[in-house]
Amino acid sequence: MSPTWHARLGRWRDQAIALGWLVLIWNLLWGRFTWANLVGGLLVGGAVLVFFPLPPVTFGGRLRLRALVSMAASFVVDLVRASVHVAVLAVRPGPPPRSAIIAVPLRVHTDLNLALTAEVVSLVPGTLIIDVDRDDAVLYIHVLDLPGTGGLAANRERVLAVERGIVRAIGSARELHTVTVDRGSAP
Amino acid sequence: MSLGTVADWAGAGALVAGALLALAAGIGLLRFPDTLDRMHAATKPQVLGVLLTMLGLALRLRSPADLGMVALVALFQLATAPVAAQMIGRAAYRTGRHDRSLLETDELADR
Repeated sequence: MSPTWHARLGRWRDQAIALGWLVLIWNLLWGRFTWANLVGGLLVGGAVLVFFPLPPVTFGGRLRLRALVSMAASFVVDLVRASVHVAVLAVRPGPPPRSAIIAVPLRVHTDLNLALTAEVVSLVPGTLIIDVDRDDAVLYIHVLDLPGTGGLAANRERVLAVERGIVRAIGSARELHTVTVDRGSAP
Repeated sequence: MSLGTVADWAGAGALVAGALLALAAGIGLLRFPDTLDRMHAATKPQVLGVLLTMLGLALRLRSPADLGMVALVALFQLATAPVAAQMIGRAAYRTGRHDRSLLETDELADR
């Protein structure tokens, strides 16, 4: 197969997967799976893909189920711990917390990794993405209560741990090598 | 005690916990001093708060159609909250509507 034919096939596969998800969401919105909803979902999903095209995000790695579960588990732990921390900060008396904006350069420079890491980091309370440098894969993060969350180094390491978890779950072998070999030597 | 009763009580517990987190978020929104700090209160307890509320609803409703809807609400909440927070945070930072005296360090300033 020629490279262009191969790329086109990959693009079609990505589109088909996206269409599958849209059809599923359409059926869930209606509340039940019927043939009418299936056909309607295909029409609406097709229209969404044609009229609102997004840049292709091709999935280059492979899914590792065990790493995915452990990433989800550590996300839930982080989420609960940080939610309680922010809630306590909100209600306890005293001066406002000391915050900081820190720059965290990621190791894996793909759009998918950048987006997923930013997404998970900003879902956890206490860290808020202010800006993203897409070319150099740097996240600029506002950290609420820097002293109370362990200071600069601990916060950087936490973000890199999130990235490591994501790459372990869905990254390619080479990306996995990048995050495990450089471990602990962040610039 | 039947399984349904257990699910009802677990659901009630999740609903109350979710509501408490939403209350803490409201208090934080009032008490935190500047926009960036407030964004933490405005967007984050909402994540776990909404997830707990949805979990509580799912445990009490227990019908497939409602579960699908509940899953979608949770999914869209998780997908959109960070985007909104980042847009507002970035706009606030770039227009200088944040209190520099509250920051320990600012590594974005010297970029």
